[in-house]
Amino acid sequence: MSEFFAMGGYANYVWPAFGITAIVLMVNLLAARRQLRQTRERLQLRLVRQSGKRVNT
Amino acid sequence: MTPRRQRMVLVGLFVAGVAVAVGLALRAFQENLLYFYTPTQAIAGEAPDGKKIRLGGMVQKGSVRREPGDLELRFDVSDNEKTMTVAYSGVLPDLFKEGQGVIAMGQVDANGIFRAEEVLAKHDENYMPPEVAATMATDGQATPVPPPSTDAALN
Amino acid sequence: MWTWFFQLASPPHFYRMAGSLVPWLLWPALLLIVIGSWGGLVQAPADYQQGDGYRIIYVHVPSSYLSMMVYVTMAVAAGIGLIWRIKLAHAVAASCAPIGATFTAAALVTGMLWGKPMWGTYWQWEPRLTSELILLFLYFGYMSLRSAFNDLNQSDRASAVLALAGVVNVPIIHFSVLWWAGLHQGPSISKIDAPSIAFDMLWPLLVMILGFTLFFLGVLAMRVRGEVLEREFHSRWAQDVLRGASPMEAG
Repeated sequence: MSEFFAMGGYANYVWPAFGITAIVLMVNLLAARRQLRQTRERLQLRLVRQSGKRVNT
Repeated sequence: MTPRRQRMVLVGLFVAGVAVAVGLALRAFQENLLYFYTPTQAIAGEAPDGKKIRLGGMVQKGSVRREPGDLELRFDVSDNEKTMTVAYSGVLPDLFKEGQGVIAMGQVDANGIFRAEEVLAKHDENYMPPEVAATMATDGQATPVPPPSTDAALN
Repeated sequence: MWTWFFQLASPPHFYRMAGSLVPWLLWPALLLIVIGSWGGLVQAPADYQQGDGYRIIYVHVPSSYLSMMVYVTMAVAAGIGLIWRIKLAHAVAASCAPIGATFTAAALVTGMLWGKPMWGTYWQWEPRLTSELILLFLYFGYMSLRSAFNDLNQSDRASAVLALAGVVNVPIIHFSVLWWAGLHQGPSISKIDAPSIAFDMLWPLLVMILGFTLFFLGVLAMRVRGEVLEREFHSRWAQDVLRGASPMEAG
């Protein structure tokens, strides 16, 4: 097992490369989800404000 | 022509125009874009004098030698036509090996020896397990390590 | 013949379809990436020259491939947006840029981590590396150009022109290793003659590339949904979706 993690002496290069790629995948997923959610929340707020105005006038 | 077709032609012409412009620019700067010189070019004096250049080629088999009591390593770099001796004392990359491509950064001295400050290994695009490489070598097939494509630099 | 094309390009249809598609893209992507990583890290044998160090290929090549594939997608979408005046196409192009930029960065960083032990250097100003760096700047330029306009139509058109101009860089990246003698080796997979990579090492790579592609499509679908909703805010269907009064909210 420790032999596996040693990567034949290239552990310092192989694992960071896999780690950074994993981070990039995660960041993409989370950023896309956040973008969709925030857009929806912002537009919902705008919609409520608009219809509120319409009622007041 | 409908406006849509007109836009299609416009977009097509634009991309083609940019491609031609970039192509011409790359062609014009071909020499400045040269990443390394081959031994043939370096010996013919095509490389700028008194400036650091990169020398690329293959480490000749059996040419890596070290003078006793000296840290300096010497090896011959070849492009299958001409050969230049490289002198280097420093850390070598893992893939440095006889028969393997290298790129050395440095200057040619008065004796025609290339004084390298940095040596990089060039590797090929072949990936295989060691057993397969061994079989291929014993079968007398084309060796799994072809010489680096130095000829591309000669164009 | 074109009806499916325009139906697909209709925003409400796209919004609904993309929503139901996302899990069907992202879960298989996850599965493929896990299988590919296991194959690449555990199953594949060590290389005859690079030992275990070559395993970086399993993240470097898929990232590099996506960096270019996403750019082509972006440029094609931008071109369609310009020619047919399809807003959805501009939304796709705009959504591609942040994804492409991150994978370009991943390709560069994993490449540096591979280059250091094997070549002996993190970075060289050689053709392949330099043209890939230019790709990163093209993505950055595209994104900042988009944000420079207040008017969405102007932003769409100006950025589309930049995306189309930059697309010439993609073949330059791909062929840089063949056109100029640099430090980077030639292509292993797309070579026409004898395979340059043993099958045991190849299959995890292909699985990873497929996984990354599905991942990109899934994330792209999510982003485009947000973009479309924003652009279609004044339409009835979008407001129905926002009120939760629409069955479109499947995803």
